Amino acid sequence: MSAGNLLFAVCSIACLAGALITVSAQNPIRGAMGLLTTIFGIAGLFLKLRAEFLTAIQLIVYAGAVVVLFVFVLMLLGPDARAPARTGRSGASRALGGVLFVITSLLGIISLAGQGGVHPLGLPAPDHGSVEAVGRQMFGPAMFVFELVTALLIVAVVGAIAVARGRQGNVKKRPATTSPRDLFAGPPRPRSAPRRFGTEGAE
Amino acid sequence: MNALGDTLESYVLLASLIFTIGGVGFLVRRNVLVQLMSIELMLNSVNLLLVAFNRVHGDAMTGNMFAFFIIAVAAAEVAVGLAIVLSYYRLKSTVYTDEADLLRH
Repeated sequence: MSAGNLLFAVCSIACLAGALITVSAQNPIRGAMGLLTTIFGIAGLFLKLRAEFLTAIQLIVYAGAVVVLFVFVLMLLGPDARAPARTGRSGASRALGGVLFVITSLLGIISLAGQGGVHPLGLPAPDHGSVEAVGRQMFGPAMFVFELVTALLIVAVVGAIAVARGRQGNVKKRPATTSPRDLFAGPPRPRSAPRRFGTEGAE
Repeated sequence: MNALGDTLESYVLLASLIFTIGGVGFLVRRNVLVQLMSIELMLNSVNLLLVAFNRVHGDAMTGNMFAFFIIAVAAAEVAVGLAIVLSYYRLKSTVYTDEADLLRH
């Protein structure tokens, strides 16, 4: 087994394990860590497929931005992001739906597998997947799409800010469910006249 | 006999498995954040598939370009999706889709 095959084995196992953790974890923080594992595994597979530029982009954008954003929102929501006390649907029907989906898609995969023979990867071009080759495409034929992506990102960021902030000013503020002051306050003290020291026994 | 990581079929199989896991997660889980993570899993599997096919038919870097643009669109989708999750949480004080029934009746 060569080093490339070992890389494929390790990365594919990391991908599958991370994906299973992402889907099945009860704590969403753990799910985000599983997503991070999957992203690292796919970055390793990109390296095996000689896509060095995409490996870097995958690590920067997904591991550096997307997962951090997920973890940030999870921290912002706190324990409310976990399972609620009451769920509308029973777990059995959901598990049944999941199992049926898995069986159907695996049957589809198996029925289509192996048609037309095996396709070996072969030797790539010398500059396959390098920054130069991708950049020649990106600023050549795909120039217009590249500029459209910049517009998309700007619109998405502005829209995210607008949606997340909501309407400020003309919306009546709801009272907070728990303020930080309530968390540290003890039981309510009886309202009485301020005690003066030295007057306990006096009538 | 080719080794495991040297054929296109091994990558197609792996990407199909990841896509299936992500689809099950999107359908079965009720937490919006976990559903968004499942969408990310599916997008990642498609990226893997595009790069693997580009490795076999590698005249131009078309598959790599598609994967790059998919990553950009996924980043925008996550930003808007998480903003919607925050807005929904402000409205309903939960992130579970069972409670999202404002348009139901």
